Amino acid sequence: MSEPSYPEDLKYHPEHDWARIEGDEATLGITWYAQDSLGEVVFYDGPEVGAEVKKDEPYAEVESVKAVSDVIAPVSGEVIAVNDSLADAPEAVNADPYVTGWLVKIRLSDPAELDQLMDSAAYSASLE
Amino acid sequence: MSEAGTLTETPQQADRAVTIFEKSVPGRRAVQLPPAEVESTPLDQLIPSHLLRETPAELPEVSEPDIIRHYNRISRRNFDLDTGFYPLGSCTMKYNPRLNERVAALPGHARLHPATHPADAQGALELMYLLQESLSEICGLPTVSLQPSAGSQGELAGLLLTRAYHADKGRNPTKVLTPDTAHGTNPASVTMAGYEVVKVATNESGGVDMDDLRSKISEDVACLMLTNPNTLGVFDENIAEMASLVHEAGGLLYYDGANLNAIMGQARPGDMGFDIVHVNLHKSFSQPHGGGGPGAGPIAVSDRVEPFIPRPQVIKTEREGWDAYFDLDYDRPKSVGRMRGFQGNFGVFVRSYAYILSLGGDGLAEASRLAVLNANYLKTRMAEGRAGKYLPVAFDRHCMHEFVLSGAPMKKELGIKTLDLAKRLLDFGFHPPTVYFPLLVDEALMVEPVETEAKEHLDEFADAIEKILEEAESDPGIAQNAPYTTPVRRLDEVGATRRPVIRQPR
Amino acid sequence: MAGYTPATSEDQAAMMAAIGIESIDELFAQIPDAVKLGRPLDLEDGLSESEVYKRLQTLSSWNLNTEEVPSFLGAGMYDHYVPAIVDAITSRSEFLTPYTPYQPEVSQGGLQVMFEFQTAMSELTGLPVSNAGLYEGPSAAASAAYLAMAATGRKGLVASRGLHPHSRETLATHAVGFGATLTEVPLADGLTEAKALEAAIGDDTAALFLQNPNFLGSVEDIAALGEYATSKGALLIVQVDPMTLSILKPPGECGADIAYGEGQPLGNRLDFGGPSFGFFCAKQEHIRRMPGRIAGETTDLDGRRGFVLTLQTREQHIRREKATSNICTAQALNALGAMVHLAWLGKQGFVELGELLARRTDFARGQIASLDGFELLHEAPVVREFAVRSRRPVEELLHMAPDPGDSAPHLPVYPLGRDYPEYEDSFLVAITENRSVEDIEWLVHMLEHGQAGWGEHIHDHDEDGNPVETELVEASQGARS
Repeated sequence: MSEPSYPEDLKYHPEHDWARIEGDEATLGITWYAQDSLGEVVFYDGPEVGAEVKKDEPYAEVESVKAVSDVIAPVSGEVIAVNDSLADAPEAVNADPYVTGWLVKIRLSDPAELDQLMDSAAYSASLE
Repeated sequence: MSEAGTLTETPQQADRAVTIFEKSVPGRRAVQLPPAEVESTPLDQLIPSHLLRETPAELPEVSEPDIIRHYNRISRRNFDLDTGFYPLGSCTMKYNPRLNERVAALPGHARLHPATHPADAQGALELMYLLQESLSEICGLPTVSLQPSAGSQGELAGLLLTRAYHADKGRNPTKVLTPDTAHGTNPASVTMAGYEVVKVATNESGGVDMDDLRSKISEDVACLMLTNPNTLGVFDENIAEMASLVHEAGGLLYYDGANLNAIMGQARPGDMGFDIVHVNLHKSFSQPHGGGGPGAGPIAVSDRVEPFIPRPQVIKTEREGWDAYFDLDYDRPKSVGRMRGFQGNFGVFVRSYAYILSLGGDGLAEASRLAVLNANYLKTRMAEGRAGKYLPVAFDRHCMHEFVLSGAPMKKELGIKTLDLAKRLLDFGFHPPTVYFPLLVDEALMVEPVETEAKEHLDEFADAIEKILEEAESDPGIAQNAPYTTPVRRLDEVGATRRPVIRQPR
Repeated sequence: MAGYTPATSEDQAAMMAAIGIESIDELFAQIPDAVKLGRPLDLEDGLSESEVYKRLQTLSSWNLNTEEVPSFLGAGMYDHYVPAIVDAITSRSEFLTPYTPYQPEVSQGGLQVMFEFQTAMSELTGLPVSNAGLYEGPSAAASAAYLAMAATGRKGLVASRGLHPHSRETLATHAVGFGATLTEVPLADGLTEAKALEAAIGDDTAALFLQNPNFLGSVEDIAALGEYATSKGALLIVQVDPMTLSILKPPGECGADIAYGEGQPLGNRLDFGGPSFGFFCAKQEHIRRMPGRIAGETTDLDGRRGFVLTLQTREQHIRREKATSNICTAQALNALGAMVHLAWLGKQGFVELGELLARRTDFARGQIASLDGFELLHEAPVVREFAVRSRRPVEELLHMAPDPGDSAPHLPVYPLGRDYPEYEDSFLVAITENRSVEDIEWLVHMLEHGQAGWGEHIHDHDEDGNPVETELVEASQGARS
């Protein structure tokens, strides 16, 4: 994905992570800015299904050739799915960070946390 | 050099890489073994067949002339120090004297088994002892262990000594402080020694931020790891105060000797208050880098750390019938034990000792002075013209043996990154400086010219940089797609990492 | 005038003028006076090249080297014949003088050598993943332990007493930093005791360390011993002598997770213990936890085949405190020597060498076992090293000359007493292709006759089998007493 993109239907965390809320579940990933800074992704090291993720804390690692980045959870919950397709095609995180490049799905443990996240406009502004 | 877009291949580029395995022809061989002169007992009568190999390892089948042709040919795909300027910051790429190779190859050194009885290895043990004494004088600390295999093993040894020191006093600190400019081996070693890394900030003049340091010192700090001058090429004048702060809190002070080339004969880490110093013999003491080793990382320690040094230690003793008897001392009850087998990289000790004898005390001091002079001269040249504009120095003061530039203005105004500059330098016949280290400086370029480079090489380098920047002003594409003339051009590192192929498929 | 520095006083003056200083001292002003050395280093002044050569040559002459007296010392490092072609290649500037390949476009020679070396070691060990080398054998054990602990999340290390004493001691030293515990499994009849091994392995065992052949020279049944460890979720880690992999079943076919070892026998001189290299091979699943440099194949932007350092995010320069190891400089030149040696031995030659070692060792073992006052410490099969028990004290055996203060050399066999107090009456004998039958007969003669045998002639045989007197190899050790 060559141009910056911050879909409006998502919520954003200052550490460059997004959440798509679907009822009491959320899909999480990293933003366009994050994948652009990291460079071409070569490896994704995700959590196990059933693991707890905590807001503001790292839950996974994403690697490029020259760097490793912690992925920060924008909200807390229990991991119910991990994107295994990234094992064979980690480049999806660069090409399509918001859809095929998703990282985990969680069941929210504290929906109130959502209020602390930014919307697309606020997040874009914070990058200036 | 050919213009971007109208390339013809160089002969080396046209010569595609072929591995020695791919040159294999069944039936070809090089070795002819001596006759066994004993019975040809079937192997399965000596060793049960279920413990034997069923099929041979697929090693190449090639003749000796083809082996030497293969390795000679691929050797020419390397840029090396004997061939060109190699200003890699933090690596001290000084000339590797060939005398050292000659003496290391003497049979009394090369064909000496490490378990030889000490009485039959007095020359080797005395050499190690004399090297220990020399490093002790250079570092300003009384005891030296030659055992660690390289700088990072020396660091780990130093941290394990630190652990033993504190345990001996009944203390259990959990943290080690390192500046945020530290070389990656420092925090890696800290974790392997079971400590937690705590980073200390750097101030505007490039030294340790003293306020930040004071806020982080406590009885829970086992050690502060520093290098001085640091990786920014700056000598930290607060060193005495840092030493007192750490010692008063009960901690130890560790010196990463990677930058020793700046201060030999001028100042000594022991005099600055350091308790443990590692020395990279493959940096300041001319051991060839070998494309990635071997090296050695001896450690010099203060009296309070001495009881814990690795075992065995080379010592000088008395023995009836001998003027002096050199021995391996295993009787060290408080020793941390072993970092490795036998007594260390002796072949490296021979070369380093020969280097120290060749230079002498006067020569070592002069080497550091000239290294610092060369660095400051090159820094001055690179402060002129386009380099001064696009590659400003990170700290505007005299540097020591190396200096750091930032390519951030170059990136912003010319659209080429430090990486692109480095790749274009390859076309000009130079090895680039260290890039993207230290992490603190944006688009960093770390330059260490060393004392064995003549002034004209420094001028040629500065001129090349100027040319490349001039080129980039009109066409950034040239550097962005460089190099053009090297045996291969930019390589797909992403593909190599996503789907690693790390051996010849069977 | 410092060694190897080109700068004349004119050069220096020109540089100082450009910088805007009058003396080099000004560049050292940032060093506080209190910390400045302020005196010359208390070292001799520099010597001329010929003087340095003489000094080093004299020191070297006080060492008894294996060209002077045939050495039967082993314990992980062996006096093999290193072919001249190795020296010719490793002394080339292009291999000797560059740094680690951080700019791959101008380091294809070194990177290709690493790739070839990785392939060769993978072939020898039967494991798919190899790195480009570590420092040497025993510290590679520590790297293996670090990997096993990260992979399993466990802290227990179990090692056979047959594992090289330096490896065991290095593991113990590093275990303090790793927070690991180390348990030892005893030997019985020269082999790892299977029942004790099972008792030692538990749910907190990260790894079981075995050595093959073990320190006493015995060939162990790695597959059988390792099964239990694997069933408990521990990694099976084996230290191996690379020369014996010519004929022994490779650890990869015995269920090993990791095989590592001392690489010196391949293309490297003894050098009184270093530099040499360690090799480190593993199962595919461990690739991301591997320590050390790894070269990978790739293509450049024009499609040319090339090689790069890969999986660098494991390493210290990127991952820093979370790195899989702290290794920066390793032993690249020594690994090159190994690769050249292996290419020179070749597929057939390597096997033939293994067979020669096994047969000559069998001969030597038989000869010594038949001597009065000596017996084999154990009967387990061996490849190239074996242990002998002596009725006479080993200390006495070592002294080849009548008078302990005499400058005559010591018998070059490895006494076991320091590392194995329970075997203080025993020593190891190691065989290489450099130890001819004549050398072996000399050893047998020395063991048989002890000090009385020193200086006597030993017998060679002419083509008809008649004994012919030959000069004994005498040590030319400069007397230092």
